[in-house]
Amino acid sequence: MNRQPKALIYLTILSVILFLGALAMVFLYAPLEVVMNYVQKVFYFHISNAWVGMLGFVAAAVAGVIYLITRELKWDIVEMAAVEISTVFFLIAIISGSIWAKPTWGTYWLWDARLTTATILEMIYLSYFLLRQGIEDQERRARFGAVYTLIGAVSVPVTFLSIRIWQTIHPVVIGGGSSAQDSFGMTSPMLLTMLFCLFTFSVIFATLLWYRVRLGNLAEQVEQLKQKITQ
Amino acid sequence: MIAYAISIKYMVAAYAVILSVLTIYIISLFVRWRKLKRDLQTLDALDKEK
Repeated sequence: MNRQPKALIYLTILSVILFLGALAMVFLYAPLEVVMNYVQKVFYFHISNAWVGMLGFVAAAVAGVIYLITRELKWDIVEMAAVEISTVFFLIAIISGSIWAKPTWGTYWLWDARLTTATILEMIYLSYFLLRQGIEDQERRARFGAVYTLIGAVSVPVTFLSIRIWQTIHPVVIGGGSSAQDSFGMTSPMLLTMLFCLFTFSVIFATLLWYRVRLGNLAEQVEQLKQKITQ
Repeated sequence: MIAYAISIKYMVAAYAVILSVLTIYIISLFVRWRKLKRDLQTLDALDKEK
């Protein structure tokens, strides 16, 4: 059961190749932006991390719904795996965005709509782990997790749309035409690089999710054996 | 326009953070996996003794 499936090995190899390809596209193919120049290259991985973060939170909510319908523990494991990976990726997006903000906005942080909603989103999912740990009963914990991720997922569209709903300094990149400060016009190579990075990080997310689910299954196996011995 | 030196400095810092956090997370998966495997072996042995 614990031997790596061939498909996972191939997916891992593909992820590494795509990741190296993404780095090459960012640094060798995408042109320099005229105003921000080199620091604009942060954009490609910043947006990809944010995308994977949001994708995972939605995936966790879907897994939560499936758990509530089927009551099969494997969906709780998938849900927790998705939340964990997304929390990491979203944290990277927040930190990298903050570093990018310093030379462009003159400050690491501003409490504008996007940054605030993104922070709230991250906090919601960090709390998920803390609250889960406080529940002993496995079934109650899984039920709580499912409902929590379902409610938490509401904050995903709020964060995504925040730059369209409220006036903000953060540029609107997808669906463009922004008047926001420090927005930049994307050329075709920039757009292609962005799309390639989004695809790459989606594949990386799928790979990590698979590994994390396997880890969750192994933890479950250990837990069951512990209970068997102590009985 | 942002000066090249400043721009490069922040780009390097951002990518260093991105790659470091990703690497730490992947290592943490590996470490947790190894620990659980060890636990499973120990528990298996205990179970067989029983």
